[in-house]
Amino acid sequence: MNLECKHVWEQISGYLDKQLDPEMLAAVERHLESCEICSAVLDSTRNILVLTADERTYELPVGYSRRLHQRLTAVIAGDETGGR
Amino acid sequence: MKTATANEAALIARILAGERELFHELIRPYEKLVYVTVFAIVKNEAEAEDGAQETVISAYRNLKSFRGEAKFSTWLVTIAMNEARKRLRKAKSAAEDSLDEPIGNSEGDYTPAVLTDWREIPLEALQRKELKEKLREAVGMLPEKYREVFVLRDMEELNQEETAAALGINVTLVKVRLHRARMMLQKMLAPYLKSQAPARGGFFRRWFQ
Repeated sequence: MNLECKHVWEQISGYLDKQLDPEMLAAVERHLESCEICSAVLDSTRNILVLTADERTYELPVGYSRRLHQRLTAVIAGDETGGR
Repeated sequence: MKTATANEAALIARILAGERELFHELIRPYEKLVYVTVFAIVKNEAEAEDGAQETVISAYRNLKSFRGEAKFSTWLVTIAMNEARKRLRKAKSAAEDSLDEPIGNSEGDYTPAVLTDWREIPLEALQRKELKEKLREAVGMLPEKYREVFVLRDMEELNQEETAAALGINVTLVKVRLHRARMMLQKMLAPYLKSQAPARGGFFRRWFQ
């Protein structure tokens, strides 16, 4: 199976998630070996996912945790006194 | 991992048996997960914080209904996603119908940004902080149905089945939308991720050392 670039792009997500069937995987890998453009598309997509999974990408507002637990304390206390 | 789940199950049992204050402890590891899930959808800090609080309180009140078939974190993310969707819907009906229409409707014809210019941007020009900001912006620009799938799969790392269940769609649609979301992000962010081809993955390996 010989793939054109645009067909490889359709498989990038499946490739990154390791969901391609063996035949497709082999064809994609063969294409990637010789195609700098598709390799770069793959790399940049992968890099985005690495960055996305980095927990430092999103930050919490200052005091978030304190306010959350304060609210929770109030809710739990309300339950314990029978109120809601 | 197993131990953490076992501890969690024990904690949940104790909370349900009346030691309610232990809910603080149960939720602590997931505070950020809840906030980030809501924030990625509603795109507003104050709204996200309110939504995160509501999520946690809702989880507390409905803890009985958590049966342990799902992971606690997955259960929590599902509540967070529903809370976020509710808030977004409210905000949308308040404003006008949004500009959130997908870019073209056929799901498969997406063209990524093709990097034909291999000149390297000096690393110092690409501060990581700036890149993270660009990523947050780009995620925020995804049409909602793609953003939801991306948040659950690639940010919160739910699996396909969990994502499908959380959003009430089928697994095939999860795959299709995730692929489009990733390709849209690739297109938006490629200019900032330029690396010399074909050093696969090399950019971040260098970056995160």
